[in-house]
Formats: sequence, structure tokens, C-alpha cells
Amino acid sequence: MTAAVRLAGVWVSYGEYPILQDLSLEVSAGSFFIVIGPNSAGKTTLAKTMVGVVPPQRGLVEILGRPLSTYSRKALARQVAVVPQFSPVEVPFTVREVVLMGRSPHLSLAGLERRRDLEIAAEAMAVTQVAHLANRRLDQLSGGERQRVIIARAICQQPQILILDEPTASLDLAHQIHIMDLLERLKEERGFTIIMISHDLNLAAIYGDQLLLLHQGRVASQGTPAEVLTYEILERAYGCVLLVGHNPLLQRPQVTLVPGRFLVHLHKEDKKA
Amino acid sequence: MKPPASHLIRRLLTISLFLSGLLALSLLAGLLWGSAQAGLRHCLLALAGLSPPEDILPTILWQIRFPRVLLAALVGGALSLGGLVFQALLHNPLAEPYILGISGGAAVGAIIGILLSLSPFPGVAALAFLGSMGTMVVVIILTPRETGGGKDALLLSGVMVNALCTAVILFFVTVTQDTRLHNILYWLMGDLSVALPRQIFVLALLLLPCFVVIFMLARPLNLLYLGEEQASYLGLPVETVTYILLGVTSLMLSAAVCQSGLVGFVGLVVPHLLRLWLGPEHRVLVPACILGGGTYLVWCDLLARVLPSQGELPVGVITALIGAPLFIFLLQRSRT
Repeated sequence: MTAAVRLAGVWVSYGEYPILQDLSLEVSAGSFFIVIGPNSAGKTTLAKTMVGVVPPQRGLVEILGRPLSTYSRKALARQVAVVPQFSPVEVPFTVREVVLMGRSPHLSLAGLERRRDLEIAAEAMAVTQVAHLANRRLDQLSGGERQRVIIARAICQQPQILILDEPTASLDLAHQIHIMDLLERLKEERGFTIIMISHDLNLAAIYGDQLLLLHQGRVASQGTPAEVLTYEILERAYGCVLLVGHNPLLQRPQVTLVPGRFLVHLHKEDKKA
Repeated sequence: MKPPASHLIRRLLTISLFLSGLLALSLLAGLLWGSAQAGLRHCLLALAGLSPPEDILPTILWQIRFPRVLLAALVGGALSLGGLVFQALLHNPLAEPYILGISGGAAVGAIIGILLSLSPFPGVAALAFLGSMGTMVVVIILTPRETGGGKDALLLSGVMVNALCTAVILFFVTVTQDTRLHNILYWLMGDLSVALPRQIFVLALLLLPCFVVIFMLARPLNLLYLGEEQASYLGLPVETVTYILLGVTSLMLSAAVCQSGLVGFVGLVVPHLLRLWLGPEHRVLVPACILGGGTYLVWCDLLARVLPSQGELPVGVITALIGAPLFIFLLQRSRT
């Protein structure tokens, strides 16, 4: 089975600063792949490299078994949809107009949307539960609603691969679960390959099939949540002490933060003993 | 549910038809208003060619007034469309050909062309094109890539480019005795009174293909309005489309500036009003800006003609009196 995305020996640097260093990875088709890592580990750059917005200085990127360079922008947008970290806020387009823009890769330059395109958009809005907002303007929505609209637009592209950069950041818990469940459904029901960047280790533990821990532009660890989310690996990457337990209900690892005062306490106990 | 295409086409046709009607009425008003105190009936007869042969009114209307209103309509359409395109490409609601200094660059090019005794077309027009392209490159290099933060920087660099262009224009016009540079006001504040039918014909020939190309790229403009990164995620070859748009817009603006001098703020006022009314769909906005911009400048020119009791104002005075306060208002609002 061909990998959805494959990177081999990829190097990316902005000027002098190396961002991704000799990065190789494989995302199997139909999996929920979550990229974690500390700030400035290169997560967003990795996502941009996968869609050719940031070209690598060295190395190979393959999408669905074909080198990225053989895709036109349009052909790529039919296979890969991106939900970026920051979507424009002050855009007075209506929700329906924004979602319909997802049909762009299927239209000619001056082409008009047809009935079929509207049906696809309506269905995408139904799946993401924004149908009732269709005539509202994007700049009048809450953060969670806006994120669902952008995901609807991505679904409208009818891609095989969906890349999301921190889609749950700044959302409350209910909205986080809502988005994550939606992504899981897209994976199960439509066979999407989901590649998601996240800061939330517990969301990654619960939803990820495969995790990639990125640290200083290199792969620190890659595998199932149980393989990646161990206390030694996390401490090395994040530079802080974390408790890794096991959630018996979900059968997944569970990461707990350890406050500094607790560590001081432990330290004193150590000295006494 | 209705297919969106037919909905869009109906909306496009309704609005275009309405604005065309408005433009036609404005052209007529521009033709007739203040015409030698001749009375409406007389004027209409003269326009229809039904007045006596010794009457000079048909000559005034058709040979002097008509080229002028037509020029106002063409230049107004081009400047408005230029503003619309820049606002989408630079993600800055305050971007406008005059404010960015791009009109100024075209004027400098045109003046140099005239001083080198080049033919109006293609010689002077080509240098105007180079001038506008040159300033556009400077403006784009000076624009920070990230959306959001660089709005003021862009405007500041535009103001500086503009100041430089104005100085160069003043210098050239002052040091030469060349009558071909007729007057300073023409270049600095815009003037539509010297329209010649042949030049307007050439201008129309240049502008119409530009209008068509930009209309064809109206849906990509929607995507670019969201930002370059978003547009490329949605499958748009952003660089190619941007270069085409910049080239075509530059051509359009330099052609207009050669015939009108520096008329400011049209590209700010018209797209803003139309966006408030019609929303951000560029497939509707592009034709609306061409027709609405034409209407707007015809009325501005009419005011420039009839407001003073003696002589007339440069049309740029009127557009600046309307546009500059709006600019200040929008700048204030964008900061809150």
C-alpha cells in the first residue's frame, strides 16, 4: 500500500536557521497521524513542506506515491486540503461562499460553480454542522464556528488527505471534542488520511493512530501513542518533567503536568532520605 | 436549491444593467449640463443632429464635450478597478493606485517620454508603463509578507514614493519650456479637459482587453482576498496569477494616467462603496467597479466644471476633497 505522504531526507532552513533536518517519515493512507512537539520544533513548517508552500532545500516529498514536484497547485489541491493555523478573520464573505471556494480546484479559472458543487458544499456544511450559518458572514462567527467552516471548505475539496495545523487551539473543551470527533468520523467514513499538528498530548493520545514527536527539526520519536508518549522521550523533547499514566477507560496513555512546587517538594524528600 | 451559477449570473446581470443605465444617464448629464446655456431641448436636438447647420452646439457637444465625458468614464473605470485589484492583492483596504504612488510613477514615465519627443503611442505609453511597473516593484518589495502587521508600512512607503514622483514631476515641468507639458496642474491634480477623440479611441482599445482579463480572473481574486497562502491551498497558482494581475493592472493604470494626469482616491472611494453595497464577490465587483467608477468620475468632472463661477477646477481636486476624508475615516477605523 502506498503511503499517503512520504518524506525522505528533507532539509528546510529559513536563511541561516535550519528548521527541518534530514527528516524522513511515512504517513500510511487512512490513518490519523498527529505531529506533536515543543514550540519551534518545526511542526508548522513540516505541514507547509508537505503541500509545497515551503520548498525543501534537499530531500524528497511524495504525495500518494508521486513526487510533489509533479503536481500542479490545482492537482495537489484535489488530493490535499489544508486547514491552516490562522485563517483570515476580517473576511466579509458568507459561510456558503467560503465553503464553495473549496470547489476551486475542480473548476477552470473563469469557471462557475454548478448545481453539483452546491450539493457538495451543502453536504460538507451539514457534516460540520454549519448549515444553519450558511448565510452568515465569516467575520460574525465565533472561533469554533469559523474553524468548522474552514474544515467544511476542506471537505468540499474532496481530498484524500486533510492537513490541519492546531485546529483545536483556543477552543473550549466541548468544541475540541466536537472537532476531533468530526475528524475521526471523516477518517472512518470517508477514508481520509488526517494529518494534524497539535500541542495537546492527551488529544494526540486519544485520537492518534500514529504520532510523530518533532524536536529541533528532527524526528525524536515515531509510532503508536503508547510508543511515543513515554516519560523519558517526552522529558527529553519538552525539557520538563511529565507524568505518563494509563487511562484504563480509553486504553491510551495519559499525560499529566507536574508543577514546579511539587518537584521542589520531591527534591527535599530525596535529600532527607 | 438553485444552482449558484445561475444565481450569480442573474445578480451580475441585474447589477451591471443597473450600473450601465446609471452610467448612460451620467454621460448624458455630463454632455448636457452647463452647455452654453442653450436649454435642454436645443441640446437634445443638437445631439440628435437635428439643429440647423450653422449651429455650433453639435460641434461643442460631440467634438469637445463627448470625448471628455467618455475619457472620464474610461479613466474612472480603470482607476476604480485598479484600486479593487490592489486591495485584494495587498490585503490592504487602503491600497489605491494614487496612494501607493503607482499613478505617480506612470506620470513620471509619461513626462520623460514626452520630453524625449516620443510618439504618444506606443512611446510615451510604454515609458508610463515602465514607470508604474517600477513603482509597483518598489511598493511590493517594501510590503511585509505577513498579512496584518504591515499596513501602515505600506502606506508610508506609498506616501514617500508619491512625494518623490511629485518632486520629479514638478522639476521636469518647471525646468522645461516645452509646451507639450502644457501645465503642472494637469499632471499633479488631473485634468480631463484636453481629451482628443483619437487618443480616447486608443485608450479604449488598451483598457477593454485589460477589463476582460481582470474579469476572467475575478474568482481567483476572491481566493487572493483570503490571503496568498489560503489561495494556494485552494489550488491557485498564486505567483502566476499575481504577476498577470499586476502586469495588466499596471498597463491599465499607466494608459489612464497618460490621458488624465494624477486623479487620486477614485480607486479608494468606488470599491469601498460597492463592497459595502454588494459584498466581497469579485465576479460582481469587477464589472461594478468599471461601471460605477466611470459614473463617479463623470460626476466629479461635472462638478469640477460647474462649481467654480469662472474657469474650472482640475478634477483631482474634487476626487481628493471626497476621497481624502474617507481615507482618514477608514484609517481610523482600521486601527480600532
